[in-house]
Amino acid sequence: MPVADTDMAAKLAELDAYIDSLPTKEGKLITVLHKAQDIIGYLPFDAQHHIARRLGVPSSKVYGVVTFYSFFNIKPKGKYKIACCMGTACFVRGAQAIVDEFKKRLSVETGEATKDMLFSLDTIRCVGACGLAPVISVNGKIYGRVAPDDVNKIIEEYMAKDGGSVG
Amino acid sequence: MSLVNFTINGISMQAEPGATILECAKSAGIHIPTLCHLNLHDTKMVNQVGTCRVCMVEVEGRRNLAPACNTAVAEGMAVRTDSVKAIKARRKVVELLLSNHPKDCLVCARNQNCELQSLAAELSIRRVRYDGKRNNFPWDTSSYSLVRDPNKCVLCRRCETMCNKVQSVGVYSAVNRGFETVIGTAFDEPMLDTVCTFCGQCVSVCPTGALTQVDNTWAVWDAINNPDKFVIVQTAPAVRAALGEEFGMPVGSLVTGKMASALRLLGFDKVYDTDFAADLTIMEEAHEFIERVKNGGTLPILTSCCPAWVKFIEHQFPELLDIPSTCKSPHEMFGAVAKTHLAGKLGVDPANMVVVSVMPCLAKKYEASRPELALESSPYVDYVITTRELGAMIREAGVRFASLPDGEFDSAMGESTGASVIFGATGGVIEAALRTAYAWLTGEKPADVEFTALRGIKGIKEATYNIAGTDFKIAVASGLGNARELLERVRDNPDEYHAIEIMACPGGCVSGGGQPYHGNDPETYAKRAEAIYSEDRAKALRYSHENPEVIALYEEFLGEPGSHRAHELLHTEYTKRTV
Ligand code: SF4
Ligand code: SF4
Ligand code: SF4
Ligand code: FES
Repeated sequence: MPVADTDMAAKLAELDAYIDSLPTKEGKLITVLHKAQDIIGYLPFDAQHHIARRLGVPSSKVYGVVTFYSFFNIKPKGKYKIACCMGTACFVRGAQAIVDEFKKRLSVETGEATKDMLFSLDTIRCVGACGLAPVISVNGKIYGRVAPDDVNKIIEEYMAKDGGSVG
Repeated sequence: MSLVNFTINGISMQAEPGATILECAKSAGIHIPTLCHLNLHDTKMVNQVGTCRVCMVEVEGRRNLAPACNTAVAEGMAVRTDSVKAIKARRKVVELLLSNHPKDCLVCARNQNCELQSLAAELSIRRVRYDGKRNNFPWDTSSYSLVRDPNKCVLCRRCETMCNKVQSVGVYSAVNRGFETVIGTAFDEPMLDTVCTFCGQCVSVCPTGALTQVDNTWAVWDAINNPDKFVIVQTAPAVRAALGEEFGMPVGSLVTGKMASALRLLGFDKVYDTDFAADLTIMEEAHEFIERVKNGGTLPILTSCCPAWVKFIEHQFPELLDIPSTCKSPHEMFGAVAKTHLAGKLGVDPANMVVVSVMPCLAKKYEASRPELALESSPYVDYVITTRELGAMIREAGVRFASLPDGEFDSAMGESTGASVIFGATGGVIEAALRTAYAWLTGEKPADVEFTALRGIKGIKEATYNIAGTDFKIAVASGLGNARELLERVRDNPDEYHAIEIMACPGGCVSGGGQPYHGNDPETYAKRAEAIYSEDRAKALRYSHENPEVIALYEEFLGEPGSHRAHELLHTEYTKRTV
């Protein structure tokens, strides 16, 4: 579910309280962004803009920092976070086809979550399991030597846990 | 502190500790190519990020080459800028830059005026051995002033330094990482929706075609060639001090007469002068200042000729919007008078009159689109072109600019005083206002017509003048970072100053975003300013209120300064904006 506005207002208020508790605002951008992601779950533009104003830094700087570090998310994540490794080994063994299959099955682009917020899809850099390429992970659980045919099975495994259907 | 001894290409040298290899080489007449580096010291524009690696040199005993622009010389250091290893490294860096660069030079706005292109020529790059992935970013054409083509960006970060550090506006940031890195806006917003002031200073420092001006030359050519249109042109003070550079004339050449001749050859129906309107501005602004002083109005009064500065205060200090003078900028005053009064005098239907402004400025392009600066829905100023665009039109027409005879401006809105031409340099507007305010308050002229303490490229200048028994404290800022500093003082200490001039561009309009590229030479601005002051000295009339055409305009049409009609046509209002 998208976060309702009142909900967001409450979360920003919690963030403000945190910012006010800091002894100084100088050099605290990354710390505050971490806190914001903890509270909200991700960093929507509104929240970034809010942080920029509260810290007195340009929004462009906040956006630059958020897009530089891969652990900051601009879009909300699903309950199950699918990450496809795009390191060299995975890439040459067909990682792109796996990503494309996930996109098709879940009707999302990379970086996005499904409408029901059950799944989100991301690409990541080498996870260090090159022997198992191509590799994906779901909430940290690794799946190796994945073929496009396996994609549906993996999705169904998690849907079964949650008792829903794709959509 | 003792000096450091070292050699460059075998030449023994000494320098202060901390001096860079690049600076020392330059003082010895040794050229090292650069790209990201830019130091326009007087303006605080110092980009020393050391990211492009175009300036690599060999340092004996070091395994890796060093970037000359941000490596300090050290005792006993032996530098070679001319070794095969250094030359090869520099070529390789440029080749790599070119591998991810559109090779559009022939049709690029910066053709023959691009630092990357010059580097490729200087290093004799004949082929690019790397055939890498190429970025494909969309252009940003949202604004009226500037165009962003991130595909031509070499990530030198000069624009970011200019906008964030010098101007303190903060539009740009490096966004994303690795190959996807782009210098972009917050949340990839189109420029039009950002806090951008359109000062154009980022365009002035961009070495490539990644940031360029919106080109209006074809709209102007079309208007000139439309038989139903009566096309008049006006030129800002700073244009005459720089246009010659477009034709290879030395920096600081004053080309007022040649410019007037060239404009006539291009086919404009009338050739007028924004200097006339600058004198008109002083009539209104000096009047407003005196009224505020006499009636306990809001002080300080802030000049309002610079639309980038106006947009800056609207975004950054919306709580201070009662301070700026309500005067329109001179070219907007000109447009308003032209369409409501001059058109009738000339027997032209205002609907068929086209007003073209030649400006040193990109912000004036945006300003002309502001909805309040229009007669019904048609803008008072139809097109704004820059000094560079006028240069291009003159070249397209095949006019040999340097050998043109001196021409004159047309009368009714072409006469000007020395007070108006100094609008082009920082401090000039307030100086012109003080000349007239002094005369009006005391009934006599000041002992010295020149208020020299307000001149020069220093970021913030202050002086106190006693006029008719009252001390008036005056401040001048150029560059928006300096403006911010001054405005914070005003906000915290509202009673300190009586009058303030602010220009967005460091050094004033002579260094505007639409002027010929400065060639990375920090002297450029001072030389142009000197040209402006020499024109002032050469004028018979040096007080705006003595301009006979301005006096006639009040007699025929406007009545008195500050009259109802003057307010309707020559004054404006401001809009609160957010950051
Ligand atoms: S035009 Fe001026 S304010 Fe706008 S981005 Fe460029 S430097 Fe910044
Ligand atoms: S836009 Fe121009 S000035 Fe800015 S980083 Fe790119 S090349 Fe450099
Ligand atoms: S200082 Fe002059 S050139 Fe620069 S933005 Fe202002 S009006 Fe334009
Ligand atoms: S000019 Fe020295 S690193 Fe760019």
